[in-house]
Amino acid sequence: MTPPRAYVDHAASTPILDSAAEAWLRASAKVGNPSALHGSGRAARRIVEESRESIADDLGVRPSEVIFTAGGTEADNLAIKGLAWAAPERPRILCSAIEHHAVLDPVLWLAEQGRPVDWIPVDSIGRVSVDDIRERLSDDVALCTVMWANNEVGTIQPVAEIAAACADAGVPFHTDAVQALGHVPVNAGLRGITSLALSGHKIGAPVGVGVLVLDRDARVVPVLHGGGQERDVRSGTVDAASAAAMAVAVRHAVKEQQAHADRVRLLRDALAVGILDRVPQAVLNGSPEESLPGHVHASFPGCEGDALLMLLDAAGVECSTGSACTSGVPEPSHVLLAMGVDPALARGSLRFSLGRTSTEDDVDRILEVLPRAVERASRAGSPTFRTVS
Amino acid sequence: MRVIAALSGGVDSAVAAARCVDAGHEVVGIHLALARSGKGQAGSRGCCTPEDARDARRVADILGIPFYVWDMSTDFQREVIDDFVQSYDQGLTPNPCIRCNETIKFAAVLDRARALGYDAVATGHYARIVESAQGRELHRAIDDDKDQSYVLAVLTPPQLSGAVFPLGDTRKADVRAEAARRGLRVADKPDSHDICFIPDGDTESYLRRHLGEREGELVDVTTGETLGTHDATYALTVGQRRGLRLTVPAPEGHRRYVVGRETGSTRVLVGPQELLSVRRIEADQPRWCGVTPPSQSDVHVQVRAHGDQIRARLLVNSEDVAVELESPLRGVAPGQTLVAYDGTRVVGSATITRATS
Ligand SMILES: Cc1ncc(COP(=O)(O)O)c(C=O)c1O
Repeated sequence: MTPPRAYVDHAASTPILDSAAEAWLRASAKVGNPSALHGSGRAARRIVEESRESIADDLGVRPSEVIFTAGGTEADNLAIKGLAWAAPERPRILCSAIEHHAVLDPVLWLAEQGRPVDWIPVDSIGRVSVDDIRERLSDDVALCTVMWANNEVGTIQPVAEIAAACADAGVPFHTDAVQALGHVPVNAGLRGITSLALSGHKIGAPVGVGVLVLDRDARVVPVLHGGGQERDVRSGTVDAASAAAMAVAVRHAVKEQQAHADRVRLLRDALAVGILDRVPQAVLNGSPEESLPGHVHASFPGCEGDALLMLLDAAGVECSTGSACTSGVPEPSHVLLAMGVDPALARGSLRFSLGRTSTEDDVDRILEVLPRAVERASRAGSPTFRTVS
Repeated sequence: MRVIAALSGGVDSAVAAARCVDAGHEVVGIHLALARSGKGQAGSRGCCTPEDARDARRVADILGIPFYVWDMSTDFQREVIDDFVQSYDQGLTPNPCIRCNETIKFAAVLDRARALGYDAVATGHYARIVESAQGRELHRAIDDDKDQSYVLAVLTPPQLSGAVFPLGDTRKADVRAEAARRGLRVADKPDSHDICFIPDGDTESYLRRHLGEREGELVDVTTGETLGTHDATYALTVGQRRGLRLTVPAPEGHRRYVVGRETGSTRVLVGPQELLSVRRIEADQPRWCGVTPPSQSDVHVQVRAHGDQIRARLLVNSEDVAVELESPLRGVAPGQTLVAYDGTRVVGSATITRATS
């Protein structure tokens, strides 16, 4: 008999919505390149444009400002590189220290190309200071980028104020809202937001579709050159089926946001309290008031995150250490380090992210198996700091 | 049992893990990230290339077992790589595979496995564990060409008690056939031979990069006369004749060989061939795979992986051992591991300190 499994890694990927899957299937059954001029092409184009309009309505922007991409990573790359390349006379880039790698790495790459970067520090809960940003804004800044909500600890940033400050200073502002949409209200039409990135598979659409909301006056240099299908800033045949599924998922995320947040927040609070109760030495990171409703991020002193992960996986609990790591080799998270967490403690961290399908049973399951996993992992300690007998 | 199967990405560890699953154990596949490259990720070459990690992951998929990468690179750097370089620096000839088994696979990894609630570490080594009245014994594999008991002979009884070697009773060809039958795509992957952290096999260049030049004199071992110079002690191995830049001709044209090195200096000793024939070996840090053998035991000894087995008499002291060989052995250098066998059973091992004719 297989034990019940608790999937609590919704921030990594959340199950596809039935309605999104159906929309995808329906659209994918039809032939037609949206750029073609015949009837089939027009039918495909219609799906794309209706999806675009639906998303624009839900996010408070114009349809022409919705650009379909192949995911959140591409949307972030297009914004960061595109805005920086379009403004060579403004060399500086302002970037928060807690960005996802989809933002962080393009900025690091631009830094290697010689662009000076201001890494905006965060406080102990992972929040930037608007005053700090305001002081750094000037006419030599090509762009400022601060994510709407952090994928690891869940901390929400004062995006409206940052955007307004950037608008006042005439500096383009990009925000990665991949984790925020569906969990907190997201208005992409706020004054000062130049671009905003979204990813399908975090909201119930398929993996491999994303959106960059791009202000119609923004100048960006494309990353992908080709047919120029999407407003001449993004090339490649537009994926009508994915656009249709994305529109369904965005609609669901926006309409259900409040009810969803109210429901998972209760589960989250029960989980957070339960963790501290069963594992008193655990340290919760971030702040519940300033955080996404489904995120619990905890450090377990003396434990290695990947050991905890392995033990929990064996016990049927699927969570993560925070950010997925391609090589499989754990590094202390740059987010936690930026928050001032001790590196050894940072390595012993877990992220539980609740979502649409999470239940009280999931919370109970986690609390049932966590103490034993922590006890074993602390016996194993950390391979890096332990000496060989 | 709950077993950690070390999956290197090669065929042997894949079949070993598969057999653990068949035996009904609860198995978790682990790939060890041992070498580091610039970005703090597993190295791009050597024993933990992304390709090997991927192959290991696919093996776990096919076997239906969980899979994780364990970062052991810090331990590996300190215990194996640094030790390797320092040993050469001291004029010793180390075996990094032995060190890795001793300090990583059946120490750091086994300790971690045990702490996490697992009972043993399974590897694809060719060696047999035999339960006897005296306890667990380590034996040679039945496939002589593949036997790896030599590089495992340093394991102590507590280490051996947490080791599983499912391939000891199988020939390599059969392991490949079994891998193919099981649908493991690594079935025809070539064997690895090199030292994993020196993938191009050029140990001398590797040491030159880490130790720089180590110039010194070439000295006649009998007369004490300086015969020439060399630029790197570690580039010279006992028994070597070619490439010595001797400026003083040998009397009557006798060939001269590297026969050793003066401890604590870079002076390398050169002498006639007879001095290479070793009849007595002294070694310290003995480790017994079970009970301490009585002194004067008749054993077979081996001083390198896949090296010759020589009949010998084993003399056991409290801190060190000596063996008297029945027939002479060539190319014995301090730092090498001496392993003693009783039939196929590993009696124990020790680190060679002196070899004399
Ligand atoms: C904050 C954030 N930005 C960007 C991404 C990347 O999105 P995608 O997986 O669609 O490329 C993710 C998800 O991994 C994320 O959490």
